[in-house]
This record gives sequence, structure tokens and C-alpha cells, in this order.
Amino acid sequence: MTSFHINGSLVMVDAEDDTPLLWVIRDAIGLTGTKFGCGIGMCGACTVHVGGRPTRSCITPLASVNGAEVTTIEGLDREGRHPVQKAWADLQVPQCGYCQSGQIMQAASLIKDFPSPTDQDIDAVMAGNLCRCMTYVRIRNAVKQAAAESRKVASDD
Amino acid sequence: MFKKLLIATVALGCLGLAGFGALAWKPAIAPVARPAAGSFAPELVAKGEALAGGGYCAACHTAKGGEKFAGGYEMATPFGAIYSTNITPDPETGIGTWSEAAFRRAMHEGVSRDGSHLLPVFSYDHFTKLSDDDVRALYAYFMTRTPVHAVRRPNGIPFPFNIRYLQAGWKLLFFKPGRFEPDATRSAEWNRGAYLALGLSHCGACHTPRNLLGAEKLGNAYGGAVIDNWVAPALTAANPAPAPWTHEELYDYLRTGTSKLHGTAAGPMFPVVQGLRALPDTDIRALATYFADLDKAADELPHMSGAVSLAMSSALAKQGGPFDPDARLYTAACASCHYNATNAPLAARPDLALNSAVHLSDPSNLIQVMLRGISSEAGMPDVVMPAFGGALSDADIARIAAYLRRTRTSLPPWPDLAAKVAAIRRQYDTAK
Repeated sequence: MTSFHINGSLVMVDAEDDTPLLWVIRDAIGLTGTKFGCGIGMCGACTVHVGGRPTRSCITPLASVNGAEVTTIEGLDREGRHPVQKAWADLQVPQCGYCQSGQIMQAASLIKDFPSPTDQDIDAVMAGNLCRCMTYVRIRNAVKQAAAESRKVASDD
Repeated sequence: MFKKLLIATVALGCLGLAGFGALAWKPAIAPVARPAAGSFAPELVAKGEALAGGGYCAACHTAKGGEKFAGGYEMATPFGAIYSTNITPDPETGIGTWSEAAFRRAMHEGVSRDGSHLLPVFSYDHFTKLSDDDVRALYAYFMTRTPVHAVRRPNGIPFPFNIRYLQAGWKLLFFKPGRFEPDATRSAEWNRGAYLALGLSHCGACHTPRNLLGAEKLGNAYGGAVIDNWVAPALTAANPAPAPWTHEELYDYLRTGTSKLHGTAAGPMFPVVQGLRALPDTDIRALATYFADLDKAADELPHMSGAVSLAMSSALAKQGGPFDPDARLYTAACASCHYNATNAPLAARPDLALNSAVHLSDPSNLIQVMLRGISSEAGMPDVVMPAFGGALSDADIARIAAYLRRTRTSLPPWPDLAAKVAAIRRQYDTAK
């Protein structure tokens, strides 16, 4: 039995220790915003936060999140109004949308680590999140816009 | 003449054997009824609990998925598999009939209650340094645990190593009994650190290389050694990490399981950090003081920030363009978490140009962490590293390791990496 918090709620899961966290999130808990892409941690579609850090859930064994705090796209912001989500909507980033929850989770942590990200920072951190619709240019712009808004919010506080 | 010589030799031999026998023979200590839990002062039990944490007794005396302290943990030694004992106060299968004197003799002399010699996988060569007061507190703690009935698994060590009598010979050669003696020329904090490191926390048991008979090579104390397919790195100035292990880095690492300039405690080091949580801050600082002195961090301190930024900037220069296939694999698999923008790494982004595992002469630790990942309980608190074992082939794991070694260090490449990955993976799969 593995127990952890997901989006603030405690869950207990009875599954094999090496079950991928992604399967548990989608099939056992029923949160389907997080997507299955490659299954080998190479595309980023399954990115969630564990302990506030972006993590590829498709290769994270269930046992390793015992006692941890997991946040999925559903829990990033209750109203879906995280600066990254706002910038994403504003700049019409998604095309087919499949990779976007992973992109958004990765970008949310990127602007926390690098409040004024350069192109190099964005390329290095976001390169593990693939987008087959090639929305990379808009992703980069949206990351900068979200970072600018977060800086503004921080300076207003 | 020849006959006389023969007789003399035989007589001497017999005398020697008798002498060895007398030395090796230890009496049984009479069993006692298990002391009532209420007969121990609560403060003594609490002190014992902290000490049991600092000695991370549970790490070896608990089987995977088993009851705490009930034994059965498998230790793969060059002599064969050894299973740890049940140290809960169960009268039949644990230490429920052990008096305090029997417990003290086990800790200080490595002799079981029934008089048989204990094997040196039990680090009595370290615990002999513990004060009588600390042993008393440990006794109080263990005797007040819930008894667990767990029959011991027989060891897999072959003849003649399984003859307990012969352990007396091992002791004669390698074991120096005696309590810790403080060094009057050092501070109280240093001495406390030395007491913990040499005694209770038995750091040398993993970090000091052993000779063919399994005894620590005291001439090379903390020189680094391989244990369970992991490397316990050198704790001396021979440690190859670019940044020195300063008091602050040691404290962070031992207290929180992670340090900004070296990496996180994983593998067999994780239960150590987990156990140390029971010790107060002052003890962790004392350990840091002792080891910062041992590794001569003070000598390197003036060059520290230079060493860190040199390691990180040379990594940046060598890391390869966007079309280098090795760099691409690394970027896709690792960079989203491990990239740093400047020459000052963020605490949440362990920088591999500084990481100990990339700088060791043996790639085991790096491969282990890539294959298994790090759970939320180990290493950086609450944070997980995914396990790439099921995702990447041996060749790809080896490629990333070779790429890091080439770009993040100026050390010679690791030989036969793919074979090493395969070997570690095999060992891991069998253990599962």
C-alpha cells in the first residue's frame, strides 16, 4: 500500500511498487489531464510535480512517491489561472493540445527556478517536452510572458 | 634428535592450540527473564532510541518489507550471504533473555550471549568504542521494543569460515577492544564527532577498504570502498569531488540528505541519513567538524568558489552542440532537472559538473541512480528522480554516463561502461 497526496488530497493505492505513477494517476485516481506519450521519459507529456519539482510520471515507480505531494495539471491552479495557463490561453499556444499539460507543468517550474528565463534556459529546460505540432515558438513566447507576469505579481506583493 | 624435535614441535603445537582454545572460549551468560518495560527510565529509552538511529541499527537488522529489528536482512559478503539477527526482545528468536551484561559483551567484544563469537559483519570493532552509558541506553531501548518471533535464516558461508571458534583468530589479528579515548589536543566537538564516526555510526565499516579476511585496512582509513555494488567514496582529501567537503556541505548532506555542491544521499547511504535524523543538530555538527578536519577542507576553502565555477564553466564549454547525439540524449532525459543557468547551481537542480558520482573512478553510483532513480524519502526530501532502468537500454545509459564523464570532468573515461550497466542491472533484477 502506497499513500501520497495528490492535489492536496490523500490517496492510498494498492498496486505493485513498480507500477508507473502515471498509470495510477490516470487509471486508479481517474485524473486524465496528464497524458501518456512515449512511456520512457523522453517526451515530457506525463510531467507532474512531485514535491514541487517537475517529474516524468511514466517512469516514476509508485513506491518512490510514498508520502510525497503530487500535483497534476488539475491541481496547478484551482481556477486554471496560473500565470502559465493564462499566457498559454492568451497566446493560443496549443494546437492539438496533447503535450500541453506536460509543457505547462514543466514551464511552471521553469519560471520559478529562472524568474527571467533566457532563450538558452528555455531551450535547455523545455527540450525534454516534445510537441509534434511544433508550437515551440509560441511556447517560448508564452514562457516569457508568464515569467513577466509572475515577476509583476511578486513585485506587487 | 629428530624424535626430540618432533616431540617438541607437537608439544608446542598442543600448547598453542590449548592457549588459543582458552582464549577463544567464552562462557555463556545465563539467560534472564525479560526485564519489564517499566523497569527502564523513559529518558534512558529515549536516549537509546536516538543512539539506535545514529547507529542506524534498523538498516541491517530489518529485512526488506519485514518487521523493524526482526533481522533477516541479507548481506552479500565475499564469504557468502549472511543474514542479520533478530534484536527484538523475543525470548526464543531475539534477545529477550539477554542480560545487560550479555548485551554489553556483544557490543564491546563481539560475543553472543551463548558464548559464540559474532561475525565481523556486526561492526563490534566500532561498537567497542561506545561508552557503558550509551550501551545501557541502547539496551533499554531494544528491551522495550515489541518482541517479534522471527527465526533466523541460516547463513550461506562455507566451511571453514562458518566455524565460530576461528573468529577468535580473526579477533586476535584485527580486533582491538577498548572504549573511545578522546584526543585532549582537540575540541570537545571534534571528539564528539570522532566518537560518533568511529563508534556509534561506524562510518569506516563502509568507507574504509577491507583486506582479504574482511578486516578494515586501518592504514587507509576512510580511503573509499565498494559495497553492495555502490561506491562508498573516500572521506579523506582523496575524495575527487571538485568542491571540498566543507563543514557546511557535510552538515547539509548528513542532516537533510542533500548538499548543493555534491549531490544527494542514495543507495546504502540513505538509511544512514535516515537514522541520523534521530540525533540532535549538535551531533550532526560534530560529525561535520570531524570529517571536515579529516578531508582537509580548510586547505581548499580559499579556492572553493573558483573550483565550483571552473567545473561548471568548463562543463558548459564542452557540452556539445544541438546536433551532438549524446548531448541530445542527455538534454531529453536529464537537462530539464539538472540544467543550471549560471555558475552558481540552484539547490533544487543538482549540477552534474559538481556531483560526486560523476567524478569517482568507478561509475557504479551514477549507473545505480540512473537505473533505480531516487525515492521521495531518500536524497532531497520529497523530491523524486524517476527510474530510467525500464526506459533506457544499457547502451543508452552507458552513453549518458560516458557523455557526462567527458563533458563534466577532465578525468579519464570509464572503461566497459555498457557491460558495467548490464552487470548492475542483473544484480538489481536478481535482488528483486
